Amino acid sequence: MKEIRMLSVTPILGYGFPEASLEAGMLLKPHAIGADGGSTDPGPFYLGDGKAFCSRMAMKRDLRLMLIAGLKADVPVIVSTSGGAGGEPHLQMMSEIVHEIANEENLTFKLALIHSEQDPTFIKKRVSEGRVRAASKQPALTNNAIEAAVRIVGLMGPEPYIRALDEGAQVILAGRSTDPAPWAAVAIRGGIPPAQAWYSGKMLECGSEPAVPKKEGCLLARVTPSYVELEPTNSVQKCTVLSVANFALHENPSPIHHLEPGGMLDTENCKFEQVTERVVRVSGMIWKPSDAYTIKIEGVRRTGYKAITICATRDPVLIRGIAAYLKNAQDIIAEKTTAFGVKANEYQLSIRSYGRDGVMGNREPLQDQVPHEMCFVAEVIAKTQDEANAVMGIVRLTLLHSDFPGRLCKEGNMAIPFSPSDIELGAAYEFNVYHIVEADDPYGLFPIEYQIVGEKR
Amino acid sequence: MTRLIDLASVCKSKNAGPFDLTIDVIFSSRALFDRVAATGILNAALFATLYKVRESDVLFTPYPAANAFKATLPRLHPAGSIDDRDVYGAQQHAPILYVDIPD
Repeated sequence: MKEIRMLSVTPILGYGFPEASLEAGMLLKPHAIGADGGSTDPGPFYLGDGKAFCSRMAMKRDLRLMLIAGLKADVPVIVSTSGGAGGEPHLQMMSEIVHEIANEENLTFKLALIHSEQDPTFIKKRVSEGRVRAASKQPALTNNAIEAAVRIVGLMGPEPYIRALDEGAQVILAGRSTDPAPWAAVAIRGGIPPAQAWYSGKMLECGSEPAVPKKEGCLLARVTPSYVELEPTNSVQKCTVLSVANFALHENPSPIHHLEPGGMLDTENCKFEQVTERVVRVSGMIWKPSDAYTIKIEGVRRTGYKAITICATRDPVLIRGIAAYLKNAQDIIAEKTTAFGVKANEYQLSIRSYGRDGVMGNREPLQDQVPHEMCFVAEVIAKTQDEANAVMGIVRLTLLHSDFPGRLCKEGNMAIPFSPSDIELGAAYEFNVYHIVEADDPYGLFPIEYQIVGEKR
Repeated sequence: MTRLIDLASVCKSKNAGPFDLTIDVIFSSRALFDRVAATGILNAALFATLYKVRESDVLFTPYPAANAFKATLPRLHPAGSIDDRDVYGAQQHAPILYVDIPD
């Protein structure tokens, strides 16, 4: 029976993995190796600012080992959702790192860059044609939202990867992709039906996450036309039915219906079997092709500039009346910032109260329990960084020094752990595009560019 | 009565995209899954109450193949926006831990 083997090196490029796990994986003769670069999970900042989610140093370490191993074995090396968000700055940064490594290691290869940033004019056209819908429960996409977005990426399916491999790419750096897409590409190209190919991608998207105990390591999938087998290559890890089932639920709204470009993976009747002590086999998945080829798009808009401060109290009198204290503080803050020209309606202030409802907000069922100490994280978003910093200075001062009934701690109400006390966080963003667009074909939105790396040496 | 914290092998929350939260409860055996399923305690209405959302906003799916239940519902705030407290949505599972399952 036909078998395609693929090695997922790490959950996200830059998270790291033991070199021995990669070496053990290469001995199992994978047909491709790869790592995901990110997703929307770390929030809107990285897509908005064009910064990488993992450090350049950590990504370069992981990628160096992958390039050397992949080129030596003559198998493709694939990085999807490059740089954490898959935008153009992320792709260019990863390309720069690849060129650096090639120079340092004296490597020569054909590199494919698959772009995923989307043209706002095209998205607007699709909106006007009624061929865009919300991916979840967001409002319908408008021209205003598209114009407000600082960057929009599309999530490519496997087809652009297949084309790049067909055209001889040995290393692929791709923009934003659905997490399973690069793996589905390698398997489908190797003759595996879409159901098993996509399922293998679901399992490979996060390194050895489907294995226990939790450690960074690599995961090998053996994919055949009837099943997917999973084996971690870190010898201290193993896949169990529970560890694989746990990962099968990862990040999807439904455990059964997984919407992907070109169709839906149905996992309702999957069977999980322990094949050896360390290997689990999953079978019974079904692929249901869709009528229209659709692409999810993600975009973020800038909401201003952010500053935060952290402080904490150990005073039982203050903690007893903390709700009233924070409300009163907000009135004082508004009055003081207005005095230097920034009115309360010109910024957003949020104070998270740890020890009460810091993690869950108004969903916290135990918010009336009285703790012995509390921590506060105050956040301000204003039009400029200067304004955010100025308002934050007043917020910190007010939390530290305001009066309250029965106050004994008259030198200050808060323990402030750092000097400087306030932290600039730069531009603030929020997701404002999370929609599904009908594409004419799987390729048009994702141009492929080729480079011969190391040719001039 | 036994609480879910004493019965489940996995009880976790995570983003399902930047606007939704997904909560999973997994049991170590089909027998345990069947026992909990038979009580009917875990359902969309329970998650709606615990997470203060409308029942129609909860996608509740039992998944016997993995001895699991999954509920997906809107996040309190979109991931990473002002007032969000949990960018990854990884610490929103606690209310489920204390649900009583009749013996």
